Amino acid sequence: MSAEELKTGPLEYRTKEGQMSILGFWIFLGAEVVLFATLFATYAVLFGRTADAPHPGELFEAGTVLIMTFLLLTSSFTCGLAIHEMRRGSVKGLTIWMIITLALGLGFLGFEIYEFVHYAHEGATIQSSAFWSSFFVLAGTHGLHVTLGIGWATLLLIQIARRGLTNVTSRKFFIISLYWHFLDVIWIFILTSVYLIGMVI
Amino acid sequence: MHITDILVTGEPIIYAAMVSIALVSIAILFLLTYFKKWGWLWREWLTTVDHKKIGIMYILSALAMLFRGGMDAMMMRVQLAFPDLGFLDSQHYNEIFTTHGTIMIIFMAMPFLIGLMNIIVPLQIGARDFAFPYVNALSFWSFFFGAMLFNVSFIIGGSPDAGWTSYTPLSGAAMSEGPGQNFYLMGLQLSGIGTLATGINLMVTILKMRAPGMKLFHMPIFTWSTLVTCFIIVFAFPILTVALALLTIDRIFGAQFFTLTGEGLPMMWANLFWMWGHPEVYIVILPAFGIFSEIIATFAKKRLFGYNAMVWSMIIIALLSFLVWVHHFFTMGAGAFVNSVFSVSTMLIAVPTGVKIFNWLATLYKSKIEFSVAMMWALAFIPSFILGGVTGVMLGMAAADYQFHNSYFLVAHFHYVLIAGTVFACFAGLVYWYPKMFGHKMNERIGKWAFWLFFFGFHVCFFPQYFLGLDGMPRRLFITNIVEWLPLNIISTVGAFGMGLGFAVFVFNIYYSFRNSEREETGDSWNGNGRTLEWATTTPIPYYNFATVPYVDEIDPYVRMKEEGKTTYDESKLEPIHMPSYTGAPFIMMAFLALGSFGLIFEWMIVAIAGLIGGVIMMILRSFDYDEGYHVEVDEIKRIERKARGL
Ligand code: HEM
Ligand SMILES: [Cu+2]
Repeated sequence: MSAEELKTGPLEYRTKEGQMSILGFWIFLGAEVVLFATLFATYAVLFGRTADAPHPGELFEAGTVLIMTFLLLTSSFTCGLAIHEMRRGSVKGLTIWMIITLALGLGFLGFEIYEFVHYAHEGATIQSSAFWSSFFVLAGTHGLHVTLGIGWATLLLIQIARRGLTNVTSRKFFIISLYWHFLDVIWIFILTSVYLIGMVI
Repeated sequence: MHITDILVTGEPIIYAAMVSIALVSIAILFLLTYFKKWGWLWREWLTTVDHKKIGIMYILSALAMLFRGGMDAMMMRVQLAFPDLGFLDSQHYNEIFTTHGTIMIIFMAMPFLIGLMNIIVPLQIGARDFAFPYVNALSFWSFFFGAMLFNVSFIIGGSPDAGWTSYTPLSGAAMSEGPGQNFYLMGLQLSGIGTLATGINLMVTILKMRAPGMKLFHMPIFTWSTLVTCFIIVFAFPILTVALALLTIDRIFGAQFFTLTGEGLPMMWANLFWMWGHPEVYIVILPAFGIFSEIIATFAKKRLFGYNAMVWSMIIIALLSFLVWVHHFFTMGAGAFVNSVFSVSTMLIAVPTGVKIFNWLATLYKSKIEFSVAMMWALAFIPSFILGGVTGVMLGMAAADYQFHNSYFLVAHFHYVLIAGTVFACFAGLVYWYPKMFGHKMNERIGKWAFWLFFFGFHVCFFPQYFLGLDGMPRRLFITNIVEWLPLNIISTVGAFGMGLGFAVFVFNIYYSFRNSEREETGDSWNGNGRTLEWATTTPIPYYNFATVPYVDEIDPYVRMKEEGKTTYDESKLEPIHMPSYTGAPFIMMAFLALGSFGLIFEWMIVAIAGLIGGVIMMILRSFDYDEGYHVEVDEIKRIERKARGL
């Protein structure tokens, strides 16, 4: 763990600490893939086991889901722009795009909460059947990740305002961007294997 | 709420345990205060981020857990040998085999090995610390608090009683009310976080912090076993995390994953549990293989035979370990085809394992073996483990398993692999690396006593159980007063006490050696037979490990270094060394999360939320912490090294 520093390349990769943190985070994402894969498998196994509760096809609404997808995909794009600005050395650009990203993320969360409340009114809660348990836990885990991401990025925004771009702050932003894109990928899987299939079958 | 609603009451054994726990706690508090050691405890240990100290804390805790799990085992054995005595009732017996199994695997075997990895792996690859020292401390405290949480269930609230496998629906809210099962869920969950973090941490450490020149295929075999184990951890532990979370949500928030109402699927638990559980078995056996390989090479004074084959066989075992989980429930109606597939995949594992055994034997062949205590554990492992492995293949035959399933045959089998594999390895590794940790060896004569007592006790205890199993005695049964079963049960219990005695002698040896053993002068403790880099540092190891990191481009680099008269100290090349600062934050963060878990266990939501908020606040503080550690200056390094090397 020496303090030697490269002179070229992206800021976050110039120190050994930076490289190690990023590699560690990639491995962590590998573990997250397993975590979500297990939840997806559980969902698949419990699919259709709705007991007396409504069927997914009766409740899933294409409209809400499409808006949510739009919000999250856009936020992944703006997050990419934020990192692009960071690479150009622009704290301001990074901050602005990141705030937009978070706003989109919040919008997504808002719709998700609305959706959950709506389902509960229709008689589908985590307690009503095995299917709905697995649905709420799968979607809810994703939603929880988004919430954590928003809180985390907010902390980072405070740090960048205080410290500017350094090896450390740039590394932190790079890592949260990986996290954010990862959540987007997971959402695509939820969209297709939960909502689309749920609406068709 | 009244205190007796929480405390477990009604059994003399439990009152005795409460009294002794209270007395020991008071004694510890008194001694710490009397000798004014509180500051020392906090500054040197609770706040440490030094991988060597964290490793020692892991090992000490694991020894304590071995004691606890061992006490459970003795109690069960007494009950089984004297069924008419009425020593344990059925409920108590259920609780004890559950806590015994869980503690031994989750809180003894794994932490013991992780403790050894903590201390040795950075030394073997020439690193100064872990990639993330702070996270390492966090991992330790998550394990520690998880273990404590699980252990207090004994006197507060009541222990889980659904077996270490915790099968649903038995472990669901409908059939196991009350906090017992929640203790299991939260204790494992909390410590599981730490295990996953350790897996990632060690992987990055090994991939990124090796000495210059050291390729992956130059790494010592123990480091290899650690790397492979970490892969298993990263891919298996999230499954456990999910399984535990789902059952927690079922029990506390009324979800229907594993229930019989609401169309849940109890069998899904068995699948999830063993998709983690079988790889878990290899998490505790692969490092053991690594340890034995190091010891055999050192005391046979030869290079390990078939290094590449050893590495590849570990990788193949790791991959296969994910493909066999169904062999744990062949009898639960998956059908002939599924059973056959998993039967074959199970038996495949015997192939790479066989390769390893032949390589150990080939290393020993025509070598001058030095029968030190560490080597004796390693040698005893080979035939004992084969006995466990062969019976494993027998269990792996789906058709035959209908006979063996859940009988004492199984109990004998898994103790043969777990004890001859993992526990022997823990003891062997501890003895072998002891001088590196504490600056003196363990006494060899007393060590041999411990070895022989434990070794004989082990075979006397578990060999008869194969025959009990074939005779039809089921596992998890607390009454054995069927006349044909009694004699073998009594023999088995005698053996168990032999092991208990062996363990006591082992622990006594720690005390005895601390007082009487000669202090180590050189770093290369085993008569200069060390082969890997950990022996190239001085003893005691300076906190920065290596003053100058050697260049490595071969297996067993230290052998060549000794031939060429080189050391890991080159005064002309000294540079300031960057070190992380100590911090109490990991301890505090995990204490909060443990408090939150405790709240959840009793479904006191206010406490649960308070603990969670405390934990989150600690994480926020961490995010804002830009402490970059400090540098050890060249003069300081010179002073330490010259003193240690007698220059
Ligand atoms: C010190 C010597 C030991 C003795 C005398 C012993 C004895 C026992 C006994 C009597 C049982 C209960 C069998 C039954 O009623 O079905 C048991 C179960 C078990 N033991 Fe041990 N044991 C020892 C060490 C270990 C170690 C070192 C491990 C693991 C590393 C271990 C893991 C287990 C497991 C997983 C179970 C199954 C628990 C369950 O059924 O839920 N044991 N042991
Ligand atoms: Cu298995």
